[in-house]
Amino acid sequence: MSVGLNPYLAVAAILFTIGVFGIFVNRRNIIIIMMAVELILLAVNINLVAFSSFLHEVTGQIFAMFVLTVAAAEAAVGLAILVTFFRNRGDILVDRANMMKG
Amino acid sequence: MTFSGALSVALPELILSVGILALLVVGAFVGDKGTRPVALGAGLVLVTSAAAACFGPQGAAFNNGFVEDQAAVFAKVVIYLVSAVGLIIAEPWLKRVNGSRFEYPILVLLAALGMGMMVSAGNLISLYIGVELQSLALYVLAAFRRDDPRASEAGLKYFILGALSSGILLYGASLIYGFAGSTRFTDIAAAVQSGAGTGLIFGLVFLICGIAFKVSAAPFHMWTPDVYEGAPTAVVAFLTAGPKLAGMVLFARALANGFPGAVEQWRQVLIAIALISMLWGAFAGLAQTNLKRLWAYSSIANVGYALVGLASGTQEGVQAMLVFMTLYIIDVTGFFACLVALSRDGRPMETFEDMAGLFKERPGVAAAMTIFSLSALGMPPFSGFWGKVYVFKAAAAANLQWLAAIGLLSSVVAAFYYLRLIKTMWFDPTRGTTDASPLDARGVAFVAAAFSFPVVMPALALIDPLSKAAASAFGLN
Repeated sequence: MSVGLNPYLAVAAILFTIGVFGIFVNRRNIIIIMMAVELILLAVNINLVAFSSFLHEVTGQIFAMFVLTVAAAEAAVGLAILVTFFRNRGDILVDRANMMKG
Repeated sequence: MTFSGALSVALPELILSVGILALLVVGAFVGDKGTRPVALGAGLVLVTSAAAACFGPQGAAFNNGFVEDQAAVFAKVVIYLVSAVGLIIAEPWLKRVNGSRFEYPILVLLAALGMGMMVSAGNLISLYIGVELQSLALYVLAAFRRDDPRASEAGLKYFILGALSSGILLYGASLIYGFAGSTRFTDIAAAVQSGAGTGLIFGLVFLICGIAFKVSAAPFHMWTPDVYEGAPTAVVAFLTAGPKLAGMVLFARALANGFPGAVEQWRQVLIAIALISMLWGAFAGLAQTNLKRLWAYSSIANVGYALVGLASGTQEGVQAMLVFMTLYIIDVTGFFACLVALSRDGRPMETFEDMAGLFKERPGVAAAMTIFSLSALGMPPFSGFWGKVYVFKAAAAANLQWLAAIGLLSSVVAAFYYLRLIKTMWFDPTRGTTDASPLDARGVAFVAAAFSFPVVMPALALIDPLSKAAASAFGLN
């Protein structure tokens, strides 16, 4: 039994939505926000690989490799910034990141 | 195209990449006392790359993944030179605040390389790599003063919203790839020509939202005021200039090269974004007391004006966008150079109260800030006025008179906060003495101020044909 393209796109769309909601609704921890960002990138990768397989074209998989690599770099930079934030403030709660408002 | 031919097309970026690696090795061996030589080297690399972009061969290389045309050359020369100016402001400033580290010029170079990739993007992969290279370097720059809680908060906010925008941009890119069958803009254009389905338009909207985040157009501007306020002023001077132009050119690149058959669709999205940006930038700016925050809202409004040019969907509109952004980034670099130059008892002066009576203490800097404010407000004969003339003319020619009228209206509203700053500097009583202002930042400010008023008119005679040739590269009518 073969699975069509649409189920893959649906899974990716659901993952993407969860990721976006994870950023906006989550009010506790910044680490969780970073996990939500990873979720968005994974949704994109599922999209790319599914399209690539159905189009019989390899570009999508190459794109997915680039996304994986950049996601690793992004996580490294993000965690480094988070460490400086933690050193200055002593916690990583979302609600406390409020020195600037307006 | 042969491989060596492709490499010669990408020569400016190759010079930058090799320069970055070499300077990184130098910095790793010499350490932080080598900051000045590394910064000098970085400036040299930037100027060399600008020259290479100017005089090097043009064409499309690497399977059309990398496009070096008139538009790319125009944007690259401006971006690399303005990044070099950013270094002139930042390096002595870092030394003064005891934050001198050799990584700073290297991060600026990396961001400039990313911007160069953005303006030359010929397919979705190089678009994404360029955007990320630029953004990752900018996140680190925003949090560069690691001992400052506000800077690290700014970096964190910038990172989270930037990562979200990259995700949205990528999701759009994946949909476009899936429904067009290729990541190359030329192939996407062909697919759009033979019928733009819902999937493609959906992907296009996501892509536009992602790039709008990067240029801080409303309603995707949430990060801008916080990052501008928290990040070190010298960093803001850099990240408000080049990245904005690169993002706008990327907009033109993706929309005009990838979706020329869907002009009507993307025009509507851009008109909406431009409208919200202009109005929000003008009205939300009224309530601000911090100058960096105020100029963040001013930049939101100005990106809105530039988008009006792009929303015209014509060659004239793209030219207006290029001219407007070039004049604007000179203004804004000068303004932040003034803020870098000003301090009182070792503390930076960032609020309206700090600026009270500045004219009596520092007439030169106050006059320069007045010029920048009037120019950003669009007062003739300063440079900002000419930028707006271009934009509104293009909008009117494309039957967007109502949008141009709203743009004029919102610049009248925004005039309130620019004039308030001028009034505070010239007529309010002074509050103590300012520190001696350093020559480097002051020099940059004076040169930019001279450009904004007397030099701009002859300069426009030069910029006009160049930007026209650049805009024609996009092939819109």
